[in-house]
Amino acid sequence: MRKALLALPLLLLLVLLASSCGGDDDGGSAGGTTTTEQASCEKGSLDLVTPGQLTIGTDNPAFPPWFEGTKEFEPWDPTTPPTKKGYEAETAYAIARELGFTDDEVKWTVVPFNQSFRPGPKDFDFDINQISYKPERAKAVDFSDSYYDVEQAVVTVEGSAIANAKSIAELKDAKLGAQIGTTSLEAINNQIEPSSEPSVYDTNNDAVSALKAKQVDGIVVDFPTALFMAAVQIDNGKVVGRLPAQEGGEYFGVVLQKDSTLTGCVNEALARVKDAGTLDELEQKWLTGSAPVLE
Amino acid sequence: MNALELKGVSKAFGEHEVLKGIDLEVGEHDVVCVIGASGSGKSTLLRCVNLLEPIDEGRIFVEGREVTAPGVDANQVRRGIGIVFQAYNLFPHMTVLRNVTLAPREVLGRSRAEAEADAVELLRRFGLADKRDDYPDRLSGGQQQRVAIVRALAMRPQLMLLDEVTSALDPELVGEVLNVIRELAAGGMTMLIATHEMGFAREIADQVCFLDEGVILEHGPPSQIFSAPREARTRQFLQRIVEAGRL
Amino acid sequence: MAHRQRAGSRVAGSRSSRILGGGGAGRSTLIAAASTIAFFGILVLVVVNAPGWPEVRESFFDRQIFQESIRDIAPKLLVNIRMFLIAEVFILVFGLAIAVLRSLPGPVFFPVRLLSVAYTDFFRGVPTILVIYLFGFGVPALGLSGVPNSPFFWGVASLVLVYSAYVSEVYRAGIDSIHPSQDAAARSLGLTHAQSLRFVIVPQAVRRVIPPLLNDFIGLQKDTALVALIGPVEAFRQSQIEVAGSFDYTPYFATALLFVLMTIPLARFTDWLVARQRRRTR
Repeated sequence: MRKALLALPLLLLLVLLASSCGGDDDGGSAGGTTTTEQASCEKGSLDLVTPGQLTIGTDNPAFPPWFEGTKEFEPWDPTTPPTKKGYEAETAYAIARELGFTDDEVKWTVVPFNQSFRPGPKDFDFDINQISYKPERAKAVDFSDSYYDVEQAVVTVEGSAIANAKSIAELKDAKLGAQIGTTSLEAINNQIEPSSEPSVYDTNNDAVSALKAKQVDGIVVDFPTALFMAAVQIDNGKVVGRLPAQEGGEYFGVVLQKDSTLTGCVNEALARVKDAGTLDELEQKWLTGSAPVLE
Repeated sequence: MNALELKGVSKAFGEHEVLKGIDLEVGEHDVVCVIGASGSGKSTLLRCVNLLEPIDEGRIFVEGREVTAPGVDANQVRRGIGIVFQAYNLFPHMTVLRNVTLAPREVLGRSRAEAEADAVELLRRFGLADKRDDYPDRLSGGQQQRVAIVRALAMRPQLMLLDEVTSALDPELVGEVLNVIRELAAGGMTMLIATHEMGFAREIADQVCFLDEGVILEHGPPSQIFSAPREARTRQFLQRIVEAGRL
Repeated sequence: MAHRQRAGSRVAGSRSSRILGGGGAGRSTLIAAASTIAFFGILVLVVVNAPGWPEVRESFFDRQIFQESIRDIAPKLLVNIRMFLIAEVFILVFGLAIAVLRSLPGPVFFPVRLLSVAYTDFFRGVPTILVIYLFGFGVPALGLSGVPNSPFFWGVASLVLVYSAYVSEVYRAGIDSIHPSQDAAARSLGLTHAQSLRFVIVPQAVRRVIPPLLNDFIGLQKDTALVALIGPVEAFRQSQIEVAGSFDYTPYFATALLFVLMTIPLARFTDWLVARQRRRTR
């Protein structure tokens, strides 16, 4: 018995030493490679997740006005055939065409919002999902240039405590809510600074549920989403107003794997799309609507 | 009026008929001992009397009142009948005193002071006064059984049923329990006792019933049953008891 | 032969332990200590020298982020604590009520028994997270007057509904484990079924099932994190918020540590209670 007690740690020592000897990496092959100069954005030489196919990520469901399902005002399920309707949908296809892909060569994959800008390898070529550029996020992933300059807005229900608010001060005593990990939540904490802690939800859908249940007075989301929520998702919904734009502005970019060789190419393609006036057209088509700015 | 009367009482557990048409009379202040082999139905008989088991056929009368009639409140009937089992069934999470005062307080509505005074007196009478604050697991088998008897007596029953109360005890503890029963008998308590203690039965019983396979094969005064049994099976049974050295 | 060997080793043991300066027990302790140190020492060495350890350490065990996040997360743990303290009181009571209802005898109480069975089947069958969504969003959305709509309230209520179902089964097992002769003795004294339950059966049953009850209580403490889904910011949600900013998972580790530290005293208390129970019944 005593001998066994001594033998045990010795055996363990041998096993552990043996297992730790293998798998020695030469230098840092994971992460931190210097960006290689992109020689060519030729479709054939692009470094894709699946060769010959452009894999684009977004969340499920994908909501209007960014994506639209087969019926008007309905969200789109990326696991179903693409409808190519919606501001982000059409922007994505425009970029894809500039990169040389046909529409059939574009494949969609589901990526939950908060996972898109986490560090680590991606199973998409780029992700388009109302993701705002933030320096902390840019440490983990690549962002393209802006395809939409963002404003945050406050949505509520007619008759709520803040339905007629005209200024930020009138929002301070309200119970507000937002999705976790969003610039919308930050806007509440940094711009509105309410007296009670905001409620935090896993998804915007849950935030809408809370609004309908009168558990929050209002929720903060980007302005176009706010318009959609007020018009379609929430009975008697109303956009109270937009929050003033932050210094330096906030914008949506598509997200790519950190130091991806595609980033330059996507930016070039996006620049061409903008120059052609496409984004203005799409904005007219999908993102019209107005609301006052709350000061 | 008899303290207890059974008329044609039958009881079966599923297919197995345990009691087959029992007729029995226990007069006031009588001590009736029921003897018989294990499995003959002695325990079942007692449990039927205090309505723990519903009977299939027959009628039971306690103090002239039919307790097996529909609409009779069994709880009320049981207040007047005290039963003590072979395994003492004291409540292990209560002290001896609490064991004894529980029913008088909750069922009879007596005050705590009243119930405790009464309990202490009973315990003292049976030599258990110093055990009042002990938990049952600290008591010997004989002491536990005596407490069980006191607990039943605290309800002031008219009738006591004792179901082989010494069978689980070590031999040297049997005597103290038998003494308690003697005292009860001397005090005029009506008792129906199922027992293996033949010598005791002979000494104390007014009537002895031999229960054999669900029927009372023979009954009569102890002098008759033990010395001159009429039935062959009674004789066989008693012979086996004698051979076991218990008579 | 074996006897002699054993006797020999006992003598040898005491001789050598005299040399080592301890009793026979001292020698085993020494060996136990040595092997523990060796085992964990080697484990630590191997882990710390494994490739990828610096990244793992940065990602999960960053000291500065740990200190910062603890400051933000620890106060939020009070939300969880409030939730489970309130919930547990109701759970212990409702669970017992449901178990007792299930045990009511006789045909007249059949619907009550049926209700009790249906209740436990449903709330043990449905995932807790579903119940929280159903009651947390669904009921307030009905807009019934007089019905509270606070997510804290419905979160706690959902936990009560679900855990009462589990706890009622624990009580039931306890009640069933009490030998029927106890009930026979109680009834023979003239006590009613309710009185027998109240004074004899349930007190004994509850004593018996204290370890599984405490076990369920520990589980409840963890499930309070689910209430975050309907809005309230408690410790887990707070750690999520921290992580969303930095992508360092150290806040998750910090929260995990806090939860574990919270449950360890309860776990040891349970062990102590069980040991005490065993000593009592010996």
